[in-house]
Amino acid sequence: MTLWLTLAVNSIAFGGLLFLLSAGFSLIFGLMRIPNLMHGSFFMLGAYFGVTLMLPAVGANFWVAALASAVAMAIIGGGVERLLLRRLAGQELAQVLLTLGLSFIVSDLCLMIWTGDPWQPLAPAEFRGVVRVGGMIFPLYRLAVVVIAVAVAAALWLMVDWTRLGAMIRAGVDDAPIARVVGIRVSRLFTLVFALGAALAAFAGVVGAPILSVYPGLDADMLPLALIVVILGGTGSLLGALVGSFLIGFLYNFGQAQFPDLAYVILFLPMLLVLVLRPQGLFGKGGP
Amino acid sequence: MMRVTAPHAAFALALLGLSTVPLWAGNSYYVDVASQILLFAVFALALNVLVGYGGLVSLGHAGLFAVSGYTAGLMLQAGFGHAAAIAGAVLATLLTSAVFAVLALRSTGIGFLMITLALGQIMWGIAYRWADLTNGDNGVSLSTRPAPFGISLSGASSFYYATLVVFLTALAAMAAFERSPFGASLRGTRDQARRMTALGYNVWLIRFLAFLFSGFWCSIAGLLYLYNRQFISPQVSALQASAEVLLMVISGGTATLLGPIAGAAIVVIMKYVVSAYVVRWNLVLGVIFVAIISFMPEGLVPGSVRIWGFARRRWRTLHPARKGGPGAPP
Repeated sequence: MTLWLTLAVNSIAFGGLLFLLSAGFSLIFGLMRIPNLMHGSFFMLGAYFGVTLMLPAVGANFWVAALASAVAMAIIGGGVERLLLRRLAGQELAQVLLTLGLSFIVSDLCLMIWTGDPWQPLAPAEFRGVVRVGGMIFPLYRLAVVVIAVAVAAALWLMVDWTRLGAMIRAGVDDAPIARVVGIRVSRLFTLVFALGAALAAFAGVVGAPILSVYPGLDADMLPLALIVVILGGTGSLLGALVGSFLIGFLYNFGQAQFPDLAYVILFLPMLLVLVLRPQGLFGKGGP
Repeated sequence: MMRVTAPHAAFALALLGLSTVPLWAGNSYYVDVASQILLFAVFALALNVLVGYGGLVSLGHAGLFAVSGYTAGLMLQAGFGHAAAIAGAVLATLLTSAVFAVLALRSTGIGFLMITLALGQIMWGIAYRWADLTNGDNGVSLSTRPAPFGISLSGASSFYYATLVVFLTALAAMAAFERSPFGASLRGTRDQARRMTALGYNVWLIRFLAFLFSGFWCSIAGLLYLYNRQFISPQVSALQASAEVLLMVISGGTATLLGPIAGAAIVVIMKYVVSAYVVRWNLVLGVIFVAIISFMPEGLVPGSVRIWGFARRRWRTLHPARKGGPGAPP
């Protein structure tokens, strides 16, 4: 029983991390119609930035490091969109392959700079303890991650559903050419959403580092998860990303515990089911 | 007259060159590299069926390649003979291709790419994580190569010739496919899927069969790889491997017979040359990928011709006074 509860808490925390990662992925996909195959690289690079800032030599606070890393990655992400993806506007396939090529470059550069050893920062001091509920022990930090994810989800929902910017993004997701016609600068939205997605992924990378640690190959581990979440939830749908993230969070953790050999395969089964039964995803409108 | 015979002469010369590699390569190491170029050319030709003629970009083909190699490797380890292992590998790959095709053909374009990527990752997950079956990161190694018709393939030269025979068979099959009504209908589904449907063609079935055809040659390439290296590890099923073979197809020029072969030669040679000097192959792969997609999306060979022509025109407009030079008009 205790094991199951612990697993459940871990699953929810992992789901929260996945949401931070895949919310941006989903918005980028919804708006620009391309899966950003360097989203895992944003996550890993952000995490490396964060742990570097937390080194004693720099000495940044955990949250300062997370925010600084998010800002840095927003600039890098915006730059990638402006300088590289923009050149290939309209050629979706070339854009996808470009992000794939960039992800190889990033992963090799990270290996070169941060070596092959894993880095695992301590959780921020105020969340290092545990919570005892009725004789059971939960690590406080995982609960904090859940709270952060829920707060970010709420903020994103407020932005997308209740602000002018959100309305423009929704218009772009629904029909980019018509949005252009009514005077929305969709290409500026592209840059903005790409930067926002990169920032969220980097933030998730730093927040996840005390749990997952940062190691070469983290990008390739996270990207397929974001991909499944978005195929499950439907592209461009934040609610879909939220539900998909927690679903995959549970499957991943329970799969690891019950069938460690096949955990990775189990992860993909609901995606295959959704593809066959409901190709647009649980909350999606158009096809994938 | 010369225009008609030039391709034939070039083909005869290429064939002569290919069939004498072990004589002039000098060293069995280079013969082995030549074998690998040919086997990856078979792999690239297989992927080109979907990417070039079908317009379906797959990022999961390394998964099919790995299914073939692993099936044969594991069957041989379990004590089966070579013939049974080869038949089993082809069958297993065809079955996997059918499953891949049914799922991935729910969609085209980006959706197809994403689904094949996810399916390829599942194959990687099985090869890497299901250690009881696949021996995990340690891979599967073989002690022997087959000896068809009593000819031992243990030497680098004899293996090269066997690979060459398979490669030429694949090339002939691709040429026949390109000219066949089936090849024409696949190109039709790529360019005008709706019109093809209106004309009464079953677009889905054409794509499905093309996927199986591609899967079949993937399995052959996977078998050649297994027997060439006498070892297979999860590395061959990774996303990098799928990207590498896609780079071979794109860099050479899609929907041509020679493009994927040239691409395979370029990528394999580059990989060996780069690995000899630096350890950063993935970095180089990424840079080439980005450069080709940004500057030469039509492939290296046509792209170089275009950029060369552009540079020459620029040179002429900048230096109009020079006359009688090699590039000057008469």
